[in-house]
Amino acid sequence: MDGASMDRVRDVTLWVNGERVSRRVAVRTHLVDFLRVELELTGSHLGCEQGVCGACTVRVDGVAVRGCLMLAVQADGARVETIEGLSDSGAIADLQAAFHARNALQCGYCTPGMLVSAAELLAANPAPTRDEIRAHISGNYCRCTGYHAIVDAIETTAAARRGEGGAA
Amino acid sequence: MSADETGLTFLDRPNSYIGRSVPRPNARRLLQGRGIYVDDLKLPRMAHVAFLRSPYPHARIRGIDTAAAKAAPGVFAVVTGAEMARVCTPWVGVLGHFKGLKSAPQYPLAIDRACWAGEAICAVVAASRAEAEDAVALLAADLEELPAAVEMERALDPDETVIHPDLGDNLAFERLLDVGEVDAAFRDAAVVVEETFQVGRHTGVCLEPRAILADWDAGEEKLTVHHSFQAPHMMQDILCKHLGLPEASVRVVCKDVGGSFGIKVHIYPDEMATVALSLMLKRPVKFVADRLESFTSDIHARDHRVKGRMAFAADGTILAAEIDDLTGIGPYSVYPRTSAVEANQVVNLVGGPYRHRNYRARARVVFQNKTPMCQYRAVGHPIAVMVTEGLVDLGAARLDIDPVEIRRRNVIPDDAHPSTAASGIRFEQLSHQAALARLVEMMDYPALRAEQAALRARGIHRGIGLATFVEITNPSAAFYGVGGARISSQDGCTLRLNPQGGVVAAIGVTEQGQGTEAIVAQVVATAVGVPMEQVRVVTGDTDATPYGGGTWASRGAGIGGEAAWQAGKALRQNVLVVAGAILQADPASLDLRGGRVVDAATGTERMPLAELGRIAYFRPDTLPPGLQPEFVVTRHYVPKDYPFAFTNGVQAAWVEVDPDTGFVRLLRHWCVEDCGTVLNPQLVDEQIRGGIVQGIGAALFEECRYDRTGQFLNATMADYLVPMAAEMPDIAVAHVVSPTLSSEIGAKGAGEAGTAGAPAAVINAINDALRPLGARVTSQPASPEVILRALGRV
Ligand code: FES
Ligand code: FES
Repeated sequence: MDGASMDRVRDVTLWVNGERVSRRVAVRTHLVDFLRVELELTGSHLGCEQGVCGACTVRVDGVAVRGCLMLAVQADGARVETIEGLSDSGAIADLQAAFHARNALQCGYCTPGMLVSAAELLAANPAPTRDEIRAHISGNYCRCTGYHAIVDAIETTAAARRGEGGAA
Repeated sequence: MSADETGLTFLDRPNSYIGRSVPRPNARRLLQGRGIYVDDLKLPRMAHVAFLRSPYPHARIRGIDTAAAKAAPGVFAVVTGAEMARVCTPWVGVLGHFKGLKSAPQYPLAIDRACWAGEAICAVVAASRAEAEDAVALLAADLEELPAAVEMERALDPDETVIHPDLGDNLAFERLLDVGEVDAAFRDAAVVVEETFQVGRHTGVCLEPRAILADWDAGEEKLTVHHSFQAPHMMQDILCKHLGLPEASVRVVCKDVGGSFGIKVHIYPDEMATVALSLMLKRPVKFVADRLESFTSDIHARDHRVKGRMAFAADGTILAAEIDDLTGIGPYSVYPRTSAVEANQVVNLVGGPYRHRNYRARARVVFQNKTPMCQYRAVGHPIAVMVTEGLVDLGAARLDIDPVEIRRRNVIPDDAHPSTAASGIRFEQLSHQAALARLVEMMDYPALRAEQAALRARGIHRGIGLATFVEITNPSAAFYGVGGARISSQDGCTLRLNPQGGVVAAIGVTEQGQGTEAIVAQVVATAVGVPMEQVRVVTGDTDATPYGGGTWASRGAGIGGEAAWQAGKALRQNVLVVAGAILQADPASLDLRGGRVVDAATGTERMPLAELGRIAYFRPDTLPPGLQPEFVVTRHYVPKDYPFAFTNGVQAAWVEVDPDTGFVRLLRHWCVEDCGTVLNPQLVDEQIRGGIVQGIGAALFEECRYDRTGQFLNATMADYLVPMAAEMPDIAVAHVVSPTLSSEIGAKGAGEAGTAGAPAAVINAINDALRPLGARVTSQPASPEVILRALGRV
């Protein structure tokens, strides 16, 4: 057994969706595995485990990160928000409603990560063009939708937040 | 659609949900991360399996030393192929209606020989997946690498390795078809065009990898299998057969599925092994493929080389077509649907939209030491459409006829149906002419041509590509059942009215994101006469739903929808009989609307459904003697008039090619299709869009690349390119509506259309852009390298 084995552990304390969490974790555990397995926050998904598909996207200290590219021990002391927390707080309720109305999801597997990426874009750019939306979510793979409906839903949400047109 | 006994169609129902873009009720929890995919489940005593997979395309397994792995931390068991064969019997992927199709027995874990790089040869079960993987690394397998048959072009050469010596050669299946006077038609033609087309091997890349959690309860003697899968009843039947269990002991549950596209409808050795391990260890065992395992063990698709030619009269009339298709399917024909289906569909579908009566085809399906190949979204269609539409464009260019015009002259006219294509496939009602007219108008074809010419003058190379197609949907038993496959083409829907007026609908078709549950709820709410919020739909559970085929080949809406409609009508009738007794009215004078019993003529409310439910369930003593309310009804449906409900459509792509870099920019994409009655326009449109992008992926990016020795070179998501948002165009979708008369609701499928036509449209558009430069691409994916080679620049 090499140095990355299960018996190398560390204690971590972090805030997940506003709750303080202290755990002993194997140092090799990825943040997304920690969230999914240890904390049972299964809304964050795994699609590639190498940072390409975006299914594992969560917010760490306000920034959208790939949960498969970060170790749980690196999140020691951090504030982590997952789709569960973002849903319960209502922080992205308008975006979720727009996705729902526009059917911007099919199987829903990419959706939590897609929403985190979209929310990040809307926070930084209140009036993105369709091309800007497409560029921003181009790290989030969706096999089902073909993206068009997702772009529509993000565009609609941005317009509604600016007070143009009704929210979807 | 046909009218029911009252002379009304469902469109006449008051408060109809049919044809409305209602959002999917079950999507909300997915948006909140509350979906339950297989890997989200945790059961008491659950163990995890990891597999040792062959690193060689072809190898003899001399032995596996398992001692170190067995001693590793957290390990519960290490199981070899021979040990597992005592629990799970092998299978052979052949069907009776593919005459001559042969394959070899396949085991959950290879025993003597591994036949592709990635085939599982030993299983380790441990407390966590990480520990199982750690222990797999400690397995010492003594493997002798054998010569591999890799290239499909060489598979039948006399000196090539025969993968299964017992079968005699590497030819799995061959089909020949010769219709009309092909030789005479080619001899008399004004123009004959000829081309060889290549469609690369690619795969589904579902974002959720394959996953299965098997739970054998030795006390209850009950196996519960949670499965990311499209056809739970089929899986149940197969588990019974190969594990020797009675049907009552096996339950298959398919809750949320993170994309499937035909990938999750086949029998995979590692999944069968996982179930067998649960039986052996008497505890829940979970297997979730990682991405490398997905790439090397999910079925692959396409990988066809088609030589085609087409004969034209001087006015552009297509006189005849001929194709020779060769496809490599890996070392086994996949169970139970077989790997002969795609080539068979290519033969059936080439030339499908057109009127010619002369057609000759040969398809050969060969074994090779690569990942097994089988049915993936739009099976055969993209190949047939690329070949047909590529040849039509070649003919148009030779005859100097506009691509729209040559199609207009050749499609089977809308008033000529029912009709039969040269290959023998039968069409009830298609709408090629109307669809083409709608497409031309939608894209403003003349203006686009003018823009193309103007930009050309400035050295900008844009192209327009068209693709007309037919699409197989609503398969009857002719697809699999007649060949002996125990795959249901019928589906049932059971409805139960509850006391408060809610309706529970359990149905055999399944949901993988297409919106199955939403359209079932729409149909049931409309048929029964209750608000849609009052309908709860249950799918994907063999213990809870009527027997059915699941969702594949675009059968959910057309077959499941009709079963739901018939069940809904029957339940309404049963409710009105009871209402009539309570209200002392003729049931025929009453109706159920918006959850209320009303006077049919005036719409005046007579009683709320909840009141009727209260009486029927809690005060049946007040009902007339002899009246027994029957508030559970089941209806089944299977298409019988035609083997398939063919649909049709046409797509167009507008692209720009940079001749210096070979890059293709997708500017716009249009699709007009005819899936009959549109139950939920938004859901249909999104099926089309998603399908188109999958087709674009095949056309431009996706390819499982192998080296000469049979090693898969790009089995990661960083190396295997998939369509991402930034490269994809906006996609306009429109419909022509020709309902099937085979059912009352008249819905046909829409799941394949996008993927069927998009590659041909994109390839034709690239060639339209390249034409003045004297270059032409004939292979997918049309990567920058392929385009630069075509241009002679590399
Ligand atoms: S799982 Fe993290 S990016 Fe794919
Ligand atoms: S909705 Fe299925 S992957 Fe995006």
